[in-house]
Amino acid sequence: MTFWILAPLMVLAALGILFVRKAVHAALLLAVVMISLAFLYAVMDAPFLFAVQIIVYTGAILMLFLFVMMLIGVDASDSTVETIRGQRAMATVLGLLFGTVLVVGVSQVTLGTVVGLDEANSGGNVPAIANILFSRYVFAFEATSALLITAVLGAMVLAHRERLTPKATQASLAAQRIRDFGDHGKHPGPLPSPGVYARHNAVDTPALLPDGTAAESSVSRVLAARGTVRSAPALADDIDLVTAQIGDPAKAPDTSGKAGAPANTEEDVTK
Amino acid sequence: MTEYVVLSAILFTIGCVGVLTRRNALVVFMCVELMLNACNLAFVAFAKQHGNLDGQITAFFVMVVAAAEVVIGLAIIMTIFRTRRSASVDDASLLKY
Repeated sequence: MTFWILAPLMVLAALGILFVRKAVHAALLLAVVMISLAFLYAVMDAPFLFAVQIIVYTGAILMLFLFVMMLIGVDASDSTVETIRGQRAMATVLGLLFGTVLVVGVSQVTLGTVVGLDEANSGGNVPAIANILFSRYVFAFEATSALLITAVLGAMVLAHRERLTPKATQASLAAQRIRDFGDHGKHPGPLPSPGVYARHNAVDTPALLPDGTAAESSVSRVLAARGTVRSAPALADDIDLVTAQIGDPAKAPDTSGKAGAPANTEEDVTK
Repeated sequence: MTEYVVLSAILFTIGCVGVLTRRNALVVFMCVELMLNACNLAFVAFAKQHGNLDGQITAFFVMVVAAAEVVIGLAIIMTIFRTRRSASVDDASLLKY
């Protein structure tokens, strides 16, 4: 029963990996496949593999994928340029052929009656696996320890980068700032923080200069590139909405005089 | 148990096609993981079929090897990205010409 619910879900999610544009979506679909696989392991009397599948695959490996995706850019989507002409169509046709042959071949095999793991798991699945792992497969187990250490060293070597320039000290950074100021008049202090003098202190709201214009250096370049920076007039709409909801404080100074007065002064600053 | 093996074959095929058609190195890598997982499913299914835990042990070792493989593979992808500013498998073609 579990199988017939999970199997279509898994096939759909796996097909989705082929067709989604963004790598993040592919990773999430792969997570669906892996968690469904874990449940299939639980159905097939493999509680140890069920736990390992969730902890190692969805917990460690997929998180590693997402970390790397974050490092190399989430929106690095697939290019549609084919370097070999017709390669995509050929691969699809070959894949379909391979899949058909495999599925037809496998489904015609008669596997006989299922022996089941009740006898093998009689003392519990984990002790039974431990018994085999630490007796018959002990050398393979030792070899995996060597493999893991090699993998760790390899990852360290691959991720290591030699420092080509000397590390910038605080003194040299300060000298560089003053030099920039002297050469091209770049402001030596920190950038203005977003939302200053504006009606809103979120990071997507530019700070307002005393003359009412927006200070462009106060919002992150990333937000500006995405086009999610809010403009001062758009914020004024919000204010109108809020005043409509709570009743205009300026019209009722008796009840909310304290809230009304600063609002008026801010209005003057922005206009 | 046949249906489990058929599902494993379907997942393996999808992984194969993904490796051949996708261009993003990370997605190609995910498809390799999908193929490994499909094999694991077949191993566990046959373990139940034969009433023998060796299949589950093999699936466990496949998982360990996959973990080590992912660590190294992602480090290689990172290194290529650092030098070529791209995660596309087509851009890593320095030895081509």
